[in-house]
Amino acid sequence: MSLLAKEPAHGYELRQRLGTALGPAGGALNPGQVYVTLSRLERAGLVRAVEVAQPSHPDKKVYELTAPGRERVEQWLADVTWSKVAPVEFHLKLVIAAATGLADPVALVDTQRLELLRQLHQLQELAVAEPADSDGVLLLEGASLRLQADIRWLEACERRWVERGSP
Amino acid sequence: MSAVVEARGLVRRYLADGSSIRAVDGVDLVVEAGETVSVMGPSGCGKSTLLHLLGGLERPDAGELRLGGRRVDGFSETAWAVFRRRNVGFVFQAFHLVDELTAVENVELPALLLGVSRRAARRRAMDLLERLAVAGRAGQLPDRLSGGERQRVAVARALVNEPLVVLADEPTGNLDSRATGEILKLFAELRQAGQALLIVTHDARVASTADRLLRMRDGAIVAQTRLGSGASAAGILAGLADLGGEG
Repeated sequence: MSLLAKEPAHGYELRQRLGTALGPAGGALNPGQVYVTLSRLERAGLVRAVEVAQPSHPDKKVYELTAPGRERVEQWLADVTWSKVAPVEFHLKLVIAAATGLADPVALVDTQRLELLRQLHQLQELAVAEPADSDGVLLLEGASLRLQADIRWLEACERRWVERGSP
Repeated sequence: MSAVVEARGLVRRYLADGSSIRAVDGVDLVVEAGETVSVMGPSGCGKSTLLHLLGGLERPDAGELRLGGRRVDGFSETAWAVFRRRNVGFVFQAFHLVDELTAVENVELPALLLGVSRRAARRRAMDLLERLAVAGRAGQLPDRLSGGERQRVAVARALVNEPLVVLADEPTGNLDSRATGEILKLFAELRQAGQALLIVTHDARVASTADRLLRMRDGAIVAQTRLGSGASAAGILAGLADLGGEG
């Protein structure tokens, strides 16, 4: 939707803009998702579709932002909500594992860390493969820094649960 | 593939406050030719001691060690020194360059010690500095180089005798994020060139570049995984592209 803020666009053009912005992450995007989202936004009155006559082709449908839509994009840009701030669920797993004896919390930390390191490894391979000036690299770097922060948090979890003594 | 490093039941004890502590407690480890292995773990877990044992900087109290198929754990100090010069390259956090020698002199030193002619040693050193993109700094003393340049010179020095294995202890510990990125790129190239590499680090970004990752705690390897390549990257990408709302 924010990609419409620049100028009205055809669904296909939107997919292309999104692809450029996301780099390799765009490849995983389901093409249908763009159209599903557009029709949802249309029902909500945030975008409207306009039929544009073309001389040599059938009419094409161009999407543009409505006034409430533009307002919504401005709100979205100003919103500081940050998803996935604390891995609450994993924290609870550790507490529950220790309390019930169903698993060793330190072993859970070890396994989880290896999984995150595997993901980090893949992100780095993708980043190396991307051209340096690609916008997508920046997204990969963000994801990679976030994983590094999660891994550091797991180090803290490890220290705590090792001190408490594992079964 | 052939095993370049083969350790069985390595033990290293220290005396602390009158009692014996096992810094390395029965480690089995194989590093294949062309493989990069990283070792992570909390400080004091024994990862640096393990690296010292593998490079002969310390002696094991028990266990066997083979490098390039040769049994080395019984080597004398002198035998180790000779063997190490030829077969083991070290990269340390603090670079350990000789301050009085220029970059290229630092790099060629191990080759000269091995008896390589001055001309051949200089040529090898310059080739390596070229590959590591620091040839332009060859005539500078270490204190005129940035941290990243110093570490690249140190890596060149570690490679000059085409060792069986390069052992790196916190190689990016003193570097900023950008210089770390350069060193990681360099390690990736070494890996592609078939150089066996063992990296001890606490930095997840550095560790995750390896083919295989070991986790140490209390002197023992407690977990390990093969990091593999791109095949399952799709899951991560899908996560990144999951835009959720109408943003």
